[in-house]
Order: sequence, then structure tokens, then C-alpha cells
Amino acid sequence: MNNLIAITAKETKAYFAMPSAYVVGAMFLVLTGVFFVFDISSPFAEAGVRGLVDWASFFTIFLAPLLTMRLLAEEQKLGTLELLLTSPVREWEVVLGKYIASLAMLLAIQFVTLYYVLMIYVFGDPDSGPVLSSYLGLILHGAAALAIGILGSSLSANQIVAAVVGTAVLLFFTFIDRVSSLVEGAPGGFLNAISMDGRLSDFTRGVIDTSHVIYFLSLIAIFVFLTIRSLETRRWR
Amino acid sequence: MIEVSDITKFYGDFPAVTGISFSVEKGEILGFLGPNGAGKSTTMKILTGFMPPTSGTASIAGFDIVEESLNARKHIGYLPETVPLYLDMTVSDYLAFMGNIRGMNGKEIAQRRSDVIEICHLEEYSSTIIGKLSKGYRQRVGISQAILHEPDVLILDEPTIGIDPIQVVETRQLIKDLGDNHTLILSSHILPEVSLICDRVIIIHEGQIVAVDEPENLGTNLSGVERVELEVKGPNREILAVLESVDGVQEIERDTVTGGAFHRYQITVDLGKDIRSDLAKVVIQNNWELLKLQSLGMTLEEIFLRLTIEEQQLNPEPEHAQ
Ligand SMILES: Nc1ncnc2c1ncn2[C@@H]1O[C@H](COP(=O)(O)OP(=O)(O)OP(=O)(O)O)[C@@H](O)[C@H]1O
Ligand SMILES: [Mg+2]
Repeated sequence: MNNLIAITAKETKAYFAMPSAYVVGAMFLVLTGVFFVFDISSPFAEAGVRGLVDWASFFTIFLAPLLTMRLLAEEQKLGTLELLLTSPVREWEVVLGKYIASLAMLLAIQFVTLYYVLMIYVFGDPDSGPVLSSYLGLILHGAAALAIGILGSSLSANQIVAAVVGTAVLLFFTFIDRVSSLVEGAPGGFLNAISMDGRLSDFTRGVIDTSHVIYFLSLIAIFVFLTIRSLETRRWR
Repeated sequence: MIEVSDITKFYGDFPAVTGISFSVEKGEILGFLGPNGAGKSTTMKILTGFMPPTSGTASIAGFDIVEESLNARKHIGYLPETVPLYLDMTVSDYLAFMGNIRGMNGKEIAQRRSDVIEICHLEEYSSTIIGKLSKGYRQRVGISQAILHEPDVLILDEPTIGIDPIQVVETRQLIKDLGDNHTLILSSHILPEVSLICDRVIIIHEGQIVAVDEPENLGTNLSGVERVELEVKGPNREILAVLESVDGVQEIERDTVTGGAFHRYQITVDLGKDIRSDLAKVVIQNNWELLKLQSLGMTLEEIFLRLTIEEQQLNPEPEHAQ
């Protein structure tokens, strides 16, 4: 437990001291903001967070791997993983500590998007229920994206490779439903079931469907677990 | 304290280490000596639990390095040869983190951190970002983290590399002092260093142990050869022919700076044979003038070279020997 706290604290501190994290975060906020304002200024705009969630979740596909790419790739490149893994630390403590730190950074960035929500409240009169459920959805989606990103980071000592792998897997989960309609029967149904698409739109309608919550929590658990395994098998390579 | 039994490590199908066994007593300082690629670092990575051996077992402080890895790791302080450090942390933050993940509490860390900063002469740099330190100072930070938690066993992979000659003397003394209450394994290419610091030396070559002894004994017991310097006045070619026929002579080198009828030879002779009287005899018998006859002890470097090279000649392709 102490190890977990130590690793989480160190990584969180590193994030908030890292200029690149701010650059990536700022890019995410600007892009999300620009597209959201573009949406909301159309004549048919609704006073809600739907457009904001759509764009924020889309750009999270790129944000999350950029945030996580460093976590384990750099340790491999610098060789510090050798010191970490020869200390009395368990692999899950390393992975979970780093994952929690990346979640803290993501939450901080998502927190800033509340500024856009504030604007919606100033210029319109949105329902607060869907706003809250939307943010639950965004956080779950972002957390799952980070879990996928950290697996990418464990697979390579090269941060670019780590980010590309993470983004590719995320794009797969996001757009697989487009393919699943072409696939017959059970495999098609399976692809549909593992797709992220459509899940966030339920949240933006104010519906918290437990199957969606379980879906995202499962993704997090599976990818964090795979990362731990990936680190454990490194020893045997 | 450290027991290693028949450890073999394959990288793919390349045997980096084959059948290494040794044990280290509590408080002993053991030196690993060997040329590049000998398998020193590989052995250390196995002992520290970074990777498991392909076969064989080892234990640290009674804990098996594979089965009870976590417990074994609690007793180890390790300096990998690449001196991995978090370049964006300050020295004191780094030490605090390393202390934390070794289960030290805040008070212990504060105490020990200032101790090791003093021991490793890092006082001026405690709040410097590690990425801004020179190589030698990074090496010291590496050593300081290894001893921070006062581990029973210290494993240092080439600890003095990159440290300047003045500091190196002090660092060697530091390591020797650490040996008083730690069990210590260090690797090195530098024989005088090892013979200065270590109680016992293991020479590794191509993944196998070729010699184990106390440093003083390496010279006589293990070299297999000795050298004699001989100065004679006479005809070079005839002298050479006669000397070569003496029993026990392996190789003769003529010193090129000498001229005229005066010659200086360096003669390599078989182990344990004192053939100086034989050499003197033949020189006198031929009525040449014997000016000097002296036995030259071999330097540790020469022993090392000869040992590993001879091994190579005996065993041209040791990968396939087994
Ligand atoms: N990760 C690896 N994958 C494949 N081969 C490796 C790996 N690490 C080391 N080797 C090989 O194993 C052999 C032993 O390497 P090792 O690093 O243990 O040598 P060393 O004695 O520490 O040498 P040096 O004095 O250069 O540090 C070398 O031939 C090396 O090429
Ligand atoms: Mg080495």
C-alpha cells in the first residue's frame, strides 16, 4: 500500500511538473472548445452538453495515449524499470500507481471543460441531470482510454510507438460497430457488444445504464490487468 | 548470505551465463572480473531478481530469488551498470522515492538521506535536477540509492566507472568500508581495483567461471606463467636459438631499444618452474656475458589476459562445448 501511494505521488507530481502534459491538455481543451462553439452556434443548437461530450470524447482518443505513453516506455528506455522491479515492489503497484496518476491528470483537464458547461448555463437553461450523467460517462470513457494507453506504454520503450498502439486500439473500440454491421451472426454481435459507440449518447440523454458503466469498468480492469501481465512477462523475455 | 547454484541464462539461444555456482559469506566482498560480454551484468540481474535464470537456483539471505523474490529483494541494494535515474527529479526527491518503495518511513528517510548524501559527497547537489548532473555525480547518486536502506546485500555493477581519479580512491575506500557490514558483490574490468577492495575474486569468461581465489593468490596459482628478464652480451641469433631450447621456455621477446651486442629479452616461462639457473647456465656455457637475470612478477592485467586468452585457445567455441 505504501508503495502504491509512493508511486502514485511521484507520478502525479511528475505530470503536474511536465510542460508537455500542459501542452497536450491545452490542445485538447482548445480543440474541444472550438468544435463545441462551432456546434452550439448553429441555428438548431440545443442547450445541452451533448456536443461538448461528443467532441471531448473524440479528442480523448488522442489525449489519453499522449498522457500515458511516457509512463512505462520511459522507464524501459532509461532503465529505471530495472531499479523499480528489483526493489521490493509488486508489478500491480507500479501499474496501478501510474494509472491513478494519469487519471488525476485527466480529471484535472476535464475539470477545465466545466468552463464550457458554465457557458451553457449562462446562455441557456440546460437540464442538470444529463449534465451530471454526461460527466460520469466522460470520466468512465476517459479512464478506459487511459487503461488502453498504459498497456501501449508497457509494450515499447519508444513513446511514439506506445502512443500509436494506444490510439489504434482506442480507434478500434470506437469504430468497430461500423464493421460489426457487415459481419453476420454471433461475431457481429460480439463486435457490437465491445464497441464504445453509442454508449456515451445514453449518458448525454441523462440515462445511466448500468451495462454501460459495467462495460467501461470492465475495459479498465482488463487493460490494467493486461499491463500488469505485460510487465510481469518482461522478466521472462 | 548469497548462494548461487548452477545458474544458466540463455538470451534466445545464446548462452550468456552457463553453470555458474558460488557462495558469498556474510560480510565478504566478492569481485566479479571479466572482459566485456563475460556475463557479469547478466549474473547480477539474475541475483537482483530483474530476470529469472533459465535454469539453476540462487538465494539471497535465505530467500529464493524466484520463489520468494519479494523477500529476497528486500535485502538487496543494487546499482545497475547503466545507472538508471529519473532525470527530472532532484537528488533528494529521488532518494526519498527510493526510500519509500523500500518501505522506509519518513523519519528513516530523512535521517539516512542526509547520511548517504554526506557519504557520497552530494551535499551541494541535493536539490539539483539529476538530469543536470555530470556522469560521475550520477554514479554517486546511483551508489547513494543502493546503500540508502542499509541492505544486507549490495550488488554494484561497475561502481567506480566515470568517477574521477581522486574521488575513485575515496569511492573504493567507501566500498571497502561498506563491506564491513554488508555482503557485497561488485563487478569490474580493473584488476588492481578488485585486488584492492575484494576478499575474493571470481574471474568470468564467456559465461563461465574460470578462476576463483583471493587476489594475492591469483598471481601465483592461476597465472600458469611467469616471466623472466634477461640481459646478455653476445650474438643475438645464437642466443635466441639456445634460449629457446631451454626446458620451460614458452616465448621470448627481444627488447628493440637495445643495440650492438647487448640484448635484453623478456622470457615467458611455464608456471611454477624457476628456470633462472638453467638460463644462467646456458649463457655461461656459451661464454656470453650475463648482465642481468630477473624474475618479473606478472601484473594482474597480464594474468587476466592470459587466463582468458588461454581459455579461448583451449575452447575456441565454448558456446558449443556443452
Ligand atoms: N538483453 C540481451 N539480449 C541478448 N543478449 C544479451 C542481452 N544482454 C546481454 N546479452 C549478451 O550476453 C552476454 C553477456 O552480457 P553481460 O552484459 O552480462 O556482460 P558483462 O560481463 O556485463 O560485460 P561488460 O563488461 O561489457 O559490462 C554478452 O554477449 C551480451 O551480448
Ligand atoms: Mg556489464
